[in-house]
Amino acid sequence: MSEYLVDIQNLRLSFFTPAGEVKALNDVSIQMKQGDVLGIVGESGSGKSVTAYSLMGLVPEPGRILSGSIIFNGHRIHEMSEKELRQIRGNEISIIFQDPMTSLNPVFTIGNQIEEVILLHTDKNRKEARERAEELLSLVGINEPKKRLRQYPHELSGGMRQRVMIAIALACEPKLLIADEPTTALDVTIQAQILELMNELKEKIGMSIIMITHDLGVVASMCEKIAVMYAGKIVEYGTAEEIFYNPQHEYTKGLLLSIPKLTATEHEKLIPIEGTPVDMLMPPQGCPFAPRCQNTMKICLKEMPPYTDINEDHYSACWLLQKQAYMTMKDGVAR
Amino acid sequence: MAKYIVKRMAIGMVTLLIVSTVTFFLMFLVPGGPFLAEKAPSAATLKALEEKYGLDKPVPVQYKNYMLRLLKGDLGTSLKQRGREVNDIIFTRLPVSARVGGWAILVAVVLGVTLGSVAALNRGKAIDNVIVFLSTCGIAVPGFVVCTVLMYFLGAKLNILPTFGLTSYKHYIMPVIALSFYPMSYISRLMRSCMLDVLGQDYMRTAKAKGVSQWAALFKHALRNAILPVVTYLGPLLAYTLTGSFIVEKIFTIPGLGDSFISSITGRDYPLIMGTTIFLAFLVITMNVVVDIVYKLVDPRIKLG
Repeated sequence: MSEYLVDIQNLRLSFFTPAGEVKALNDVSIQMKQGDVLGIVGESGSGKSVTAYSLMGLVPEPGRILSGSIIFNGHRIHEMSEKELRQIRGNEISIIFQDPMTSLNPVFTIGNQIEEVILLHTDKNRKEARERAEELLSLVGINEPKKRLRQYPHELSGGMRQRVMIAIALACEPKLLIADEPTTALDVTIQAQILELMNELKEKIGMSIIMITHDLGVVASMCEKIAVMYAGKIVEYGTAEEIFYNPQHEYTKGLLLSIPKLTATEHEKLIPIEGTPVDMLMPPQGCPFAPRCQNTMKICLKEMPPYTDINEDHYSACWLLQKQAYMTMKDGVAR
Repeated sequence: MAKYIVKRMAIGMVTLLIVSTVTFFLMFLVPGGPFLAEKAPSAATLKALEEKYGLDKPVPVQYKNYMLRLLKGDLGTSLKQRGREVNDIIFTRLPVSARVGGWAILVAVVLGVTLGSVAALNRGKAIDNVIVFLSTCGIAVPGFVVCTVLMYFLGAKLNILPTFGLTSYKHYIMPVIALSFYPMSYISRLMRSCMLDVLGQDYMRTAKAKGVSQWAALFKHALRNAILPVVTYLGPLLAYTLTGSFIVEKIFTIPGLGDSFISSITGRDYPLIMGTTIFLAFLVITMNVVVDIVYKLVDPRIKLG
């Protein structure tokens, strides 16, 4: 068994849509140790959710894994049958989704929905499952858990429902919790509460977390490691400190510049990243970010940049970091 | 809940009053009368008959008399089937229609829900296309065509099923098929679109992420959400199907209520027209209340009142 809890190697995944092949993941590798908290950051369509879903064997149709391997806790996820995957889902890996308003089934009580996952994966009987559900609701900070168990989702607020989703996710003490933009649909004060709760639970339970978000603020408050994704590729990976204070990839730099600062003066404008995201049906030949990059070179348009190690756990895929690229700089900047 | 039922029933009474009043006056606007036949009775006989049944009085007076009797639950006596009480006609004929109709509804719901779900789960595949084609036919083809086609093939050509009467289980097969074909098609189409909608919902993804098997997710999480519109449709369907279909009952010679409903109109059997209309209206109103209550049981988000 490898030392990693999560070991994704060279994963290539495409969606075969009627319009053509969408290369959603292009050579993605991620390693996480037990207890790690990883943030995956990127814009919509960058492949951050698909990466996490593939870990649960939940690749939506018409997606196919083309090559690479996904190993979680010793299980070879990419080779497992649906039946085997069911044993893991909700048990060893759980997930919290973006929209708590629609993620709970409206016609069943909260209790029923928490107990369901307990009954599925443990040999507790109904009574024990109910007790556990009550315990879980207290754990996620819901008052009057006995009463809440009998209530339906529509009787609870958005923040409460997300707490219920977290309770469901934690029911079987998973080794890994995937949080897919857990706070995007919530208002700011509730966001802070949910993040605080997750931080607290991380300490208490000691599970690993993958936090998927496009909000760098969320990542900064929770994650030790950050993977920045762009067009189905991890363009930069490093510790939170490295990413925030020593960004290497032009896209990461752009993302950081586009965050509003508290210290900004009244008339200081935010700096957006110019251009539009790549058309994944026809990705460019070279670096996918090249068309939007401020410092594009000729080679960027032709060849995919390899990863350059900045230090022990910080690497980035950008030609500007490659010595051989500087050799071709003689040709001058492309634009 | 009890308060809601009482309220709905009170509104229902008002509806019944309006239905009966409108029917009563419309009925007399139709030319002709109950005693006209090929061999018309003499003027004196006619006069005596009209006097006997109170048809000689002005319509508003007749209306008043009728409504007073209705309050006591008396629907009057039939003009055509001499001496038979309308109440008696309804309650001997209703069970016949209800038995055929009950089976038809059972078949329609079970098959409709199953076919619709199967189609949704196999969206775009051959089986989906077959089901969609069949259910479109079911909606487009009129009942009398279904009846005659069934009769021609199963009755006349293959000679495996009886074509009239209602004395053995074999007699039920064709009328039940004929009666259930339309609602089954309607339900399967309804079910297919609702199921597709539900299958794409976030909570189905949650169920999968919890490790719930596909079948359990379908039966527990999807069905209860998708079946709501079918429940709505079931209210009027129950009322209309249990009271029988004129076409099916005529073609298969079943002595049901649907048959006497239409015959009463063509025969200007005023008390029977009123009786069957009021009874049907009562059934529709009751079934709608029942459906509302069932709705509440299926979907807790719905508030009655």
